[in-house]
Amino acid sequence: MTTKSTAAVRARATAEPGTLVLLCVAAWAIPGAGHLWLGRRQKGLVFLLALPAMFLTGLFLNGQLSPFELSDPLVALAAFAQAGMGLPWLLARMVGAGAGMVTSVTWEYGNCFTIVGGLLNFLVVLDAFDIAMGRK
Amino acid sequence: MCLFAFFVSLVFAVLLRDDPREQLRTGGLMFGGLVCAALLLGWLAYPLPL
Repeated sequence: MTTKSTAAVRARATAEPGTLVLLCVAAWAIPGAGHLWLGRRQKGLVFLLALPAMFLTGLFLNGQLSPFELSDPLVALAAFAQAGMGLPWLLARMVGAGAGMVTSVTWEYGNCFTIVGGLLNFLVVLDAFDIAMGRK
Repeated sequence: MCLFAFFVSLVFAVLLRDDPREQLRTGGLMFGGLVCAALLLGWLAYPLPL
């Protein structure tokens, strides 16, 4: 089992600019990957399971993946928030999932799940960054 | 609503606390708070004409 001191040593080792960028990209692309990289196995596994599950629940509830439409700021913000999910979001867009069904009673709930899931992953990325900088 | 509260409280509890027992306590409190607040707000909004 990884101790906190081991994790701290590993965190200091990753506090180089190039590695930090790579860590943040990995943490964004695969929820929890940043924590797993830094030796925080329990946290990483929880994020790895919970965040994609939240995103998939949103898609299952007929949530819509918003387009980056700058003429409509709220839609663009929703798209930015959903993009926070990383690879699951990219894959969903590639396979055409998340078309959404406005007439569905769960449409708003689905959007809420996908948007909040993405935003939570942004927080997880920031947490991984803080750990790598030795602030936590 | 409960599922949403579960996911949000799970992620926040794991983010904020390091000790599993504290995570469980924080997550439970957060989950209860979210569900109770939603029910309370729902009841308060009930008389409002929509």
